[in-house]
Amino acid sequence: MSYFSIAWQWLTSAQQWHGGDGIPVRLAQHLQFTGIALGIAVIIALPAGLAMGHLRRGGFAVVTLANFGRALPTLGLLVLIFVLTPGSPASWLVPLAFLAIPPILVNTYEGVLGVDADLTDAARGMGMTEWQILRKVEIPVAMPLILLGLRISAIQVVATATIAAYIGLGGLGRYIIDGLARDEYNVVAGGAAVIVLLALAIQGLFTLLRWLIVPVGLRRQAQTS
Amino acid sequence: MSWAWANRALLAQYTGSHLYLALMPILFGIIVAVPVGVLCVRFRWTWPPILSLTSIFYAMPSLALYLVLIDYTGLTDWTVIIPLTLFSLSVLIPNVVDGLRSVPQPVRQAATAMGFGTLRQIVQVELPLAVPIIIAGLRVATVSSISLVSVGQLIGIGGLGYFFTDGVQRDFPTEIYAALILIVILAFLADGLLVLMRRWLTPWERARGTRRALSATLRGSRAEGAT
Repeated sequence: MSYFSIAWQWLTSAQQWHGGDGIPVRLAQHLQFTGIALGIAVIIALPAGLAMGHLRRGGFAVVTLANFGRALPTLGLLVLIFVLTPGSPASWLVPLAFLAIPPILVNTYEGVLGVDADLTDAARGMGMTEWQILRKVEIPVAMPLILLGLRISAIQVVATATIAAYIGLGGLGRYIIDGLARDEYNVVAGGAAVIVLLALAIQGLFTLLRWLIVPVGLRRQAQTS
Repeated sequence: MSWAWANRALLAQYTGSHLYLALMPILFGIIVAVPVGVLCVRFRWTWPPILSLTSIFYAMPSLALYLVLIDYTGLTDWTVIIPLTLFSLSVLIPNVVDGLRSVPQPVRQAATAMGFGTLRQIVQVELPLAVPIIIAGLRVATVSSISLVSVGQLIGIGGLGYFFTDGVQRDFPTEIYAALILIVILAFLADGLLVLMRRWLTPWERARGTRRALSATLRGSRAEGAT
């Protein structure tokens, strides 16, 4: 039997949709962890990226942090913090939030930095304050890249939260880790399918968001870049 | 440190398999990405569907792909190499396209005027000029690949990731530290080698200073590492 029929059979059996170990409960947990970690990352990275982009400072630091964030193996960071602080919520929250910061920071920074100087000069010439320039010119123009950063972070956190099941976190990763431990491939296959679908749903959500938020005039430009 | 020294043979062995699992996907990735990128630039209509496809690969959590593949490739190296190749493609193809498109139109026209055929123009003019952006993509793909291999440890194929699960089971942080630091060092070494390669391949960029190099790096960084 191929992967797809195994996963389909598991997904469509009624028992998967009820109880504390059912897909709705696991999905809700997963979204909750993802939301908290992403929220923390946004609070830190978004203002920092906007400020650095507006002031045109700190490019080297941003690139270095992005590189470091990429180089750091997620599983390693998760297990290390778990072994050092067993049982505390920090053991999953810190790595999840930390890994979500670089994509938001890099893309926000680059988005604001990439705003045409003619635009900001014109805004300044019209008498806008620096704050108004940021809010009315730079953020809207940078929006495609800001959304890209948020999307990449969201996808990354969903994936990392799955891996965090290895250190005991709930959510969809439980199917994979428990299924592997019990040698039940159908559970693993089904769990993997739900996670792939979730990742695709997030991708779709951001496509929709871009359509709703990004000014029409910028959309074409963003698509070709 | 003393643990690392005492276990140097084991560390070296896992480092070897780690690099193999991480770099094969990059090799396959660049072999596929260059012709596909050229195709996307030459025949514009192929670009939107390929871009959608790469962004779907990019969104796939690597662990989920490993698990799907177990059914087809069993517990072999391919189970890790294939998803990482798809992931590297999702970074490399857009960068090859971006790089080729950054070639100024007058340069193309000059090449045509000098009698360069299509293939010669691509190989001798456009690809060399696209090198900075292609290498920016290679850096992202390589560094991500080196760190992503360890996730494969959850299905037992993860190079240095072995020390992560082993460290949890034995409650022994030292080996987790050691493997973590080693992976970050490997990633930075590979990154440094790629920077050197860019300098060697694009001697004309050196004269223009670091500002351009930074902007190429930022362009590449746009594609961030997913897990």
